[in-house]
Amino acid sequence: MARTLAEKIWSQHAVADPGDGTTLLYIDRIFLHERTGSIALQGLEAAGRSVRDPEQVFCTMDHIVDTFPGRSDITIMPGGTEFITATRAAATDAGIRTFDIGDPSQGIVHVVSPELGIALPGVTLVCPDSHTGTVGGLGALAWGIGSTEAEHALATKTLAVAKPKQMRVTYSGQLPFGVTAKDMILALIGRHTASGGIGYVVEFAGEAVRALDVEARLTLCNMAVEFGAWSGIVAPDEKTFEYVRGRPYAPTGEDWDEALAHWRSLATDEDAAFDREIELDAAAIVPQVTWGTSPQHELPVDGAIPDPAGEADTSRRKAMERALDYMALAPGRALAGTPIDAAFIGSCTNSRLSDLRAAAEVLRGRHVADGIRAICVPGSSRVKAAAEAEGLDRVFTAAGFEWRESGCSMCFFAGGEHFGREERVITSTNRNFENRQGPGTRSHLASPTTVAASAIAGRIADVREFAPEEV
Amino acid sequence: MEPFVHHSGIAAPLLRINIDTDAIIPSREMKRVSKKGLGEGLFANWRYRDVATREEDPEFVLNREPFRHATILLAGENFGCGSSREHAVWALKDFGFRAVIAPGFGSIFYGNCVRNGILPVRLAEPDLEAIVRLAEPDLEAIALHVDAEPSQQVTIDLPAQTVTDAAGADYPFDIGAGDKEMLLEGLDPIAKTMQLDEQILAFRERDRAARPWIYL
Repeated sequence: MARTLAEKIWSQHAVADPGDGTTLLYIDRIFLHERTGSIALQGLEAAGRSVRDPEQVFCTMDHIVDTFPGRSDITIMPGGTEFITATRAAATDAGIRTFDIGDPSQGIVHVVSPELGIALPGVTLVCPDSHTGTVGGLGALAWGIGSTEAEHALATKTLAVAKPKQMRVTYSGQLPFGVTAKDMILALIGRHTASGGIGYVVEFAGEAVRALDVEARLTLCNMAVEFGAWSGIVAPDEKTFEYVRGRPYAPTGEDWDEALAHWRSLATDEDAAFDREIELDAAAIVPQVTWGTSPQHELPVDGAIPDPAGEADTSRRKAMERALDYMALAPGRALAGTPIDAAFIGSCTNSRLSDLRAAAEVLRGRHVADGIRAICVPGSSRVKAAAEAEGLDRVFTAAGFEWRESGCSMCFFAGGEHFGREERVITSTNRNFENRQGPGTRSHLASPTTVAASAIAGRIADVREFAPEEV
Repeated sequence: MEPFVHHSGIAAPLLRINIDTDAIIPSREMKRVSKKGLGEGLFANWRYRDVATREEDPEFVLNREPFRHATILLAGENFGCGSSREHAVWALKDFGFRAVIAPGFGSIFYGNCVRNGILPVRLAEPDLEAIVRLAEPDLEAIALHVDAEPSQQVTIDLPAQTVTDAAGADYPFDIGAGDKEMLLEGLDPIAKTMQLDEQILAFRERDRAARPWIYL
């Protein structure tokens, strides 16, 4: 029977049928971080259980650690130290490899896991973090879980999961200049809402997806959860294999050859049936910026802020009114040109080397507008080192950006560092929820290049008007 | 885990769509590595005028009688979207909630509910509105001004998979067999899976031979 890519990986990992509508799936890789991993490890220990196969479990410090130079276990976030020290102690006791503060491989979990070759095509990977589906960009079946489910995965190496429905989102045609994977996923969520993907694993396909480099595919899958999807996935191809080859935990020698042969079989069969298909014309996508407090509140950068009066659905209309009030925006006005206070480049969505290179192209020879606080937080210590090796840090700092140590940083406010009340931030992150980046902070999601262009302009800007400076 | 079989309680309406787990429990309210004491931080940004002093916003539904004593939450589409933080469920539980009724849920949140003895009930929006018994179609208003005398007492029967409102009308709902069993029996899912451990270990043996590169 013809099957989708996700169905193939699913059945390859099916251990048993518990007889209750779920499948017991074998889990190849588990990742933990100090925010939610600590409590999973403590819960496991309290129940008198141990980690099965700790060699396949990894941990990183990303959510709570500060991103200032010279950071330590002491955090700006009140009580943050406990998350770091408790995680370190529990992970050490369990024999779990931890990418700790100061480790050259430390970084945001979903940046580190593909970068080190821990996430691979065709594997199952879970983490108590909602953006785990990011590594679907490599052709892995990966999804976010809670801390209690993480205990289950750690103790048994399996999870009992109800099979999601299958959706394919096909982006035909070619992306225009200045348009990125971030714009592709925001356009999808804008059109089909933040709940459009509930219950589905979404395969991203089509010419425009094939044309994306691997890091951009990670961005695409990263925000599948913002579409409500259980996860996202892209079929691995030669680009993927080249990306994986030589990474520290990737297979080598004979293992590599065997793995490669297996990975080449990982594609959706031509006549496989999907429960739902969506098609988007990539050539018609323009840079996207969110205006409201849900990722579905997004607009083409040259669009006008929508009028809730035009929304027939009462719930959506009320949410729009509330969002306009929170964001202090008026319907009918152009979104571009809205003055900003700050710009942020970072997060598991958009902080990889290719993101920093693209933003640096916009920033090179330019400077952020007066009074704009601009921050760049590389996604991992390796990304930071690689960026510095090619001088990107100097481009950012010369343009007036702060250049930080890696971590999740101000993607979310946990009581520590944050943006100010009523400050308007253009951000390469994934969530524009109320209070997400600070109490009362107003967040506009966009691609790293749109963030860079807006920082220079001091207002929400159309990156297509910012051709790279002639050097 | 406390089993869930039948429950009757006061249902509080908060029918906004896309209520994310950041709103349910703001990250800064997760101050310690602990599942306990999170009820105070539940909906903190909406519940308190001043989060630091805990000065209540009297308009917020959970600050009004009888909803201070609510054990069932009536919520809008995509409740619990966003972050995977299980603290959102621990906070609801600590406040006293036993069930959430919404047209749809964030998938990680849904799983977290089931694993903590909170029943997530999927009901279509018209059924939900009927339970709330709104005289007016202004869904947002009831989240702020609960003047419409919504039906306060709601009963949920998990074995029968029905919700019954104060007027006695029944609304059937669907739930997966595995989730239902876990809630009804308060089962420890790890203990349940370990009954299949021979199969897990056999799978691992076969897999180690087939995919040696997985085993670091």
